[in-house]
Amino acid sequence: MSSRRRLDTDSMAVSSSPADLSAALVLQPVAALDWLVILPVAWCISIGAILMMIRYKGMAQPLVAIFGLAVLVALDAGLLWHVAQSGPVTMVMGRWLPPFGIAFTVDLTGALFALTSAVVALVGAVAAIDDVNASGRRYGFYPFLLLLMAGVSGAFLTGDVFNLYVWFEVLLISSFGLLVLGAEREQIDGAVKYGFLNLVATTLFLLTTGYLYGIFGTLNMADIARKAPGLQSVAPLVTLTALYILAFSMKAAAFPVNFWLPASYHTPRIVVSALFAGLLTKVGIYALIRIGVMLFPAEREQLGLVLAIVAALTMLTGSLGALAQSDTRRLLGYLVISGIGAMLAGIAIGGPDAISGVIFYAVHSMLVMTALYLAAGLAARLGGGFSLGSAGGLYRNYLLFTALSLMLFFSVSGLPPFSGFWPKVMLVKAAINGDASWLAAILLLSGFLTMIATGRVFLLAYWRPVETQPAAAPQPLAFSALLPLLILTVLSILIGVLPETLLNLAQQAASTLAEPSAYLHSVFPAGGAP
Amino acid sequence: MEPVFALLTGIFVAVAVYLLLSKSIIRMLLGVAILGNAVNLLLFTSGRILREVPPVIGAGLDVPAGATANPLPQALILTAIVISFSFFAFLLVLSWRAYRVLGTDNTDGMRVAEPDDVQPPPLGY
Repeated sequence: MSSRRRLDTDSMAVSSSPADLSAALVLQPVAALDWLVILPVAWCISIGAILMMIRYKGMAQPLVAIFGLAVLVALDAGLLWHVAQSGPVTMVMGRWLPPFGIAFTVDLTGALFALTSAVVALVGAVAAIDDVNASGRRYGFYPFLLLLMAGVSGAFLTGDVFNLYVWFEVLLISSFGLLVLGAEREQIDGAVKYGFLNLVATTLFLLTTGYLYGIFGTLNMADIARKAPGLQSVAPLVTLTALYILAFSMKAAAFPVNFWLPASYHTPRIVVSALFAGLLTKVGIYALIRIGVMLFPAEREQLGLVLAIVAALTMLTGSLGALAQSDTRRLLGYLVISGIGAMLAGIAIGGPDAISGVIFYAVHSMLVMTALYLAAGLAARLGGGFSLGSAGGLYRNYLLFTALSLMLFFSVSGLPPFSGFWPKVMLVKAAINGDASWLAAILLLSGFLTMIATGRVFLLAYWRPVETQPAAAPQPLAFSALLPLLILTVLSILIGVLPETLLNLAQQAASTLAEPSAYLHSVFPAGGAP
Repeated sequence: MEPVFALLTGIFVAVAVYLLLSKSIIRMLLGVAILGNAVNLLLFTSGRILREVPPVIGAGLDVPAGATANPLPQALILTAIVISFSFFAFLLVLSWRAYRVLGTDNTDGMRVAEPDDVQPPPLGY
């Protein structure tokens, strides 16, 4: 590059402000702690590659995967600590300054989601020791799990819209692999519906990103957040936001576009269902928060009523659907949808109070939905399958397991002292303060219906004595089989009893989203340039 | 040029949606392929096909003679092509497998995961 020539911005919306090459590159070395921004993704991909190489070594795989995920939890915890100490952190690929280089920007929301998802994945990997047999390992359960986590972590940590699309696709293709593991009839059937509808959703996301690029000339989230207020009167931003909301609602399984979830989530191995219920739909919610709250808050407010109606219908169809199911896995699928509706309600209300409720609810939902699927799997193994018509007799033989399950049922219905209680309080309060009392009523109604549905599961599958009691003694329940469930339930109780830490984190995260100056400053330290 | 491309993209999307609404898996696959291409065209067009101002080079400096293109959409499209191709390949294999295992390529007939004749949960015991 000759010194005579100068670089200019590539963006269409910005006036030319010449800068020389040194000004367009990051020249100082990255601070050691800032590497934490990219490490979770790089680590997951590396461990996933190693697992792919050793996928015929039966016993080594779970050990390597659990070690890898434990390190991932540590990395994400370190990242959360770092972000909580020093605000949003940015790292840019290829040393190009944003908006040219792809930025990974982590704020509290992303770090909190990433940490929770890593905990869920670690617990899932432990549960998979029992649940995934040798052929499942050979077909690559653990490599797919690590690559799924690469996609999930990348989606939570990236600061670039197109990059977010790429991570969506990474996690989607890994989830395909997990979903068809075993290739049974039901799985193939569910995977066809899951595959087509999710592919359409991500393609819609990409299509909208094309429009976004056409309007803004940039894909960096901070840059978009900076420019969006100035373009409100000249660009079709409400249309753009509506398209994003549709695309992400499809990923999150909101009401009119949720039919892929109950069609597929009950088909794979139970640990895969548990991971999907914990992780995948929450990525959609995270993207909705990022786009709707940080990038286009004014446009989201205009669409608030539509979102609120969608949220209400999602909650109601979810909990009513759960009432109608006799297969516990399908019932739980509807409970996932009902939870998504509660989070959408918070996004529809807007404002830091509601958004902190959404973030809290997402953390709770990741932990508890995973635990519920694991509990359903264990219940089916111990006492007579997934059907509520035939299951029973667990209370008599497995007291601790029954107690854990009951606590999880209370937690998902939003009863104290478990983790589901506080976010529901926050959301109801925000709804009443935000002049949407009807939404608060539906939140409570949906919690009530959830209680009936889960109460019936408890009554039939746990409490009911088995009529045709075989003479055989109950099969012993190993502690290792109970361990994943125990960890998640204890976490749920801890969050319920000592909510302050998470509450503070969620409130700070929501205020950073509502007033993203710290996020912008992290991406563009100079303030003005380019 | 842009209006022509916009119309073409619109036709592509319309064809893709029509095919995706079909009940036959093969038609849906064709719809997915066309939808992917429609989005690629849209990305290409939204980066503006020919630019008055060449990218990277500053205002008032030497510019190449002739028209220049915007490099960024090309990078995006390249990524999108790779991704949509791999998804298409996966769905193609999945559909073939579904046809072998389920014995139908009609989505109405695919009721294995969600059977019609499910009993409601018992009301008591």
